[in-house]
Amino acid sequence: MELTLWTYEGPPHVGAMRIASSMKDIHYVLHAPQGDTYADLLFTMIERRGQRPPVTYTTFQARDLGGDTAELVKKNIKEAVERFKPKTLLVGESCTAELIQDQPGALAKGMGFDMPIVNLELPAYSKKENWGASETFYQLTRTLLKEKVSSSDKINPFRWRELGRRPKVNILGPSLLGFRCRDDVIEIQRILSEQGIDTNVVAPLGASPDDIERLIDAEINICLYQEIAEASCEWLKRNFGMEYTNTIPIGIKNTIEFINEVHEKLDLPLTNKEELENKSKLPWYSKSVDSNYLTGKRVFIFGDGTHAIAAAKIAKEELGFEVVGLGTYSREMARQVRATAKELNVEALITNNYLEVEDAMKKAAPELVLGTQMERHSAKRLGIPCSVISTPMHVQDVPARYSPQMGWEGANVIFDDWVHPLMMGLEEHLIDMFKHDFEFVDGHQSHLGHSASNTKDILNSYEKKENNPKEGIIWTESGRAELTKVPFFVRGKVKTNTEKYAILRGIPEISDETLYDAKAYFS
Amino acid sequence: MSKVEFNKETGPREVFCGLTSIVWLHRRMPDAFFLVVGSRTCAHLIQSAAGVMIFAEPRFGTAILEEKDLAGLADAHEELDRVVNDLIARRPEIKTLFLVGSCPSEVIKLDLATVAEKLNKRFLGQVRFVNYSGSGIETTFTQGEDGALKALIPLMESSNEEKLLLVGTLANNVEDRFKKIFRNLGISNIESFPPRQSTELPKIGKNTKVLLTQPYLSDTVRDLKHRGCEIISAPFPLGIEGSTKWFLAAAKAFKISELKVHEIISPLINRAKIALDSHKEILKGKRLFLLPESQLEISLARFLHNECEMDLIEVGTPYLNKDLMKEEINLLPDNTKIVEGQHIEKQLDRVRESNPDLVVCGMGLANPLEAEGISTKWSIEMVFSPIHGIDQAADLAGLFSKPLKRNQILTSKTLVTH
Repeated sequence: MELTLWTYEGPPHVGAMRIASSMKDIHYVLHAPQGDTYADLLFTMIERRGQRPPVTYTTFQARDLGGDTAELVKKNIKEAVERFKPKTLLVGESCTAELIQDQPGALAKGMGFDMPIVNLELPAYSKKENWGASETFYQLTRTLLKEKVSSSDKINPFRWRELGRRPKVNILGPSLLGFRCRDDVIEIQRILSEQGIDTNVVAPLGASPDDIERLIDAEINICLYQEIAEASCEWLKRNFGMEYTNTIPIGIKNTIEFINEVHEKLDLPLTNKEELENKSKLPWYSKSVDSNYLTGKRVFIFGDGTHAIAAAKIAKEELGFEVVGLGTYSREMARQVRATAKELNVEALITNNYLEVEDAMKKAAPELVLGTQMERHSAKRLGIPCSVISTPMHVQDVPARYSPQMGWEGANVIFDDWVHPLMMGLEEHLIDMFKHDFEFVDGHQSHLGHSASNTKDILNSYEKKENNPKEGIIWTESGRAELTKVPFFVRGKVKTNTEKYAILRGIPEISDETLYDAKAYFS
Repeated sequence: MSKVEFNKETGPREVFCGLTSIVWLHRRMPDAFFLVVGSRTCAHLIQSAAGVMIFAEPRFGTAILEEKDLAGLADAHEELDRVVNDLIARRPEIKTLFLVGSCPSEVIKLDLATVAEKLNKRFLGQVRFVNYSGSGIETTFTQGEDGALKALIPLMESSNEEKLLLVGTLANNVEDRFKKIFRNLGISNIESFPPRQSTELPKIGKNTKVLLTQPYLSDTVRDLKHRGCEIISAPFPLGIEGSTKWFLAAAKAFKISELKVHEIISPLINRAKIALDSHKEILKGKRLFLLPESQLEISLARFLHNECEMDLIEVGTPYLNKDLMKEEINLLPDNTKIVEGQHIEKQLDRVRESNPDLVVCGMGLANPLEAEGISTKWSIEMVFSPIHGIDQAADLAGLFSKPLKRNQILTSKTLVTH
């Protein structure tokens, strides 16, 4: 039993709903009690969807349990098929139905329908949402394509040349309730098209079962989000010899690497290599003098595996930040996140407990947090600027405007979204110069939304609680005065370091000079 | 009883389960913690229904059952013990801990009553443990509060003191208003259940006169009756009419004259009517369809028809206790169609066929209906907003007029630009 106050991921059947809702001509009969219908609002409220998820909940009640819940399942399947006429039917159960073992998938298969039926077995007591989405997409792909396995030759990724047409690829992984998937798809399609590559199918987002059956018309697969699509890509590779890409095109370097990888896999010569450097404004914006102030900004990153890893790379290599924390709630991607963290010389945080993330954030004393909607709340409490880079998300993370994370425009969006919460370079310089003027409020954050006084209160209370001086150490008047001059967002860190230094050197009283000694010692 | 048409429907539903009521119950009693014993779905449900209202460590959580807990029941009990110990160590300020049963815990027959009993002995004098079920196989949405309150009744001491007991969670400001009005009427001993502190449970007995503030408390009412309480029969205090009759019923139980009641509440009624007028202008003649969710639907229908002159197409309710609702049903117009239960697809067919001006529904349905050109009002707002009493009548009407008004603004051309 695990005490959970808040969870980053829903149960696995919500992952299945993400696949079903992303697609056309699919219906999902979910053996579940009435309360499970809450999941509809994730789609209709957070994504502002104008359609109900294509899900029928069997709505069994306590009084049904003594009787025949299997009959109830069949009645609901029959009604759903008659009403919605899906081309493919998904059948599965939520946590409670898993316990009563009606085997709705087997029941459905015995009902004599013509359409393909996918029996989803998603263990609710050990797996979570992303796994459920991945498994559903995989089972669906497998069900719809398994008959073609033996009859098909392995797909030669270079065959487009013999066929006398442009190479074709599938874009796999984008789904509803994924982070900016809608816009990533447009951006990636645009990039591929510019390179003379056609998109065969995008799935699951917007695809129908017919489209899934057409996946093998493409030469290779683009695995856009490993969390959702890797299992399917791997199966297509094993059974049809379809290669798939490993690079996630978030950030300039990875976008270029992605383009290279696609060209290599297709044996397509890359003709506009030089052009690629100038497709996004990020490199120049990052190089321009105002961005000097970005150097070494301390950034704390937590999110799903795909976005956390990509963010770390951009932060370090493209914006010149210092990554002081990196973690994920995706256990499935823990290994990769750990490897990236190791390269960055930080310890990876793999957890589903947001309070642990908040603690790590506090300890790391970052100047910018990149996280999920929960890290935004935590960062707000601590008075640290934050930008959301990953699901789980809030309605405001589904913007009306075009705002991808991937590709050239994605890099532009990322530059703006990460840098705007911070003070701009010139502005920071001016604030630093004038911060002792009487008009100036401590904790002033220029254009930033959160109120200065509130931030100050939070920081003060935080300092009181967490940062009492270490035993035996006294801060003198001059030491304390100097400490207040340190920008509030690093004050905690400076204080801790100075005390650490004082203990190390056996200095009983911390004066302004000690502070500078410590500064020199640690820099 | 008016000639109301009663129907029952079964089938797939689109409603919340009783766990959802934790969202308002934990705010009502800041010294209580609600520990759901359930699955990741339960945790995800509550956090989704609550929006992202977690600005600090919440006073509700889920002990998520894992595969190893399902293997043997003895383990599950031990595990729950461990979780509770951790929780109390972490949150020493908690005075009452509600162990809340869920669909999976009910299906595996996890005996939370026995667990609570054991824990009560161990933490005697420190924390009280109470158990109830908020499972979706037994309860819908507001019925969770019914379960929580019912579970507290055995902890309430007996007293034969005469008192008025307001039963059902109210917004604090509304509760204060009600108490002031009752005091002005001459009723001085007034208490609320649930109280603002879980440890300050009212004493009850044969001179306790119970006045319900919410219509969804069937089980609580039954147990209060068993404890000798008198249940005052009245409509619910929604709108001017409902609130007036509610005050009158209470006054009658305390032998206070009608004249006195009218004297006190007339000024309130007069100003409320003025405030209500602008909303009535928008709502008048508009056709309303209420989908089942909170059990407030019948009272809302009565208010929106009788005071706002809306036409009622269908009044859905997840559960109908005709006895508890009889005063309300008497006030409904003839031929009102009440539907208990739900077959969501068939009901939505009726929604589309009847071409309503406004549909009251859950959050899962609101945007899809809006996308079809049907204006909606989310029902969950009724349980989060202060809507009770005469002073709030206009605010209550405003919840329904707002979507229509907005629709009107967005569809009409008001600026003449060149």
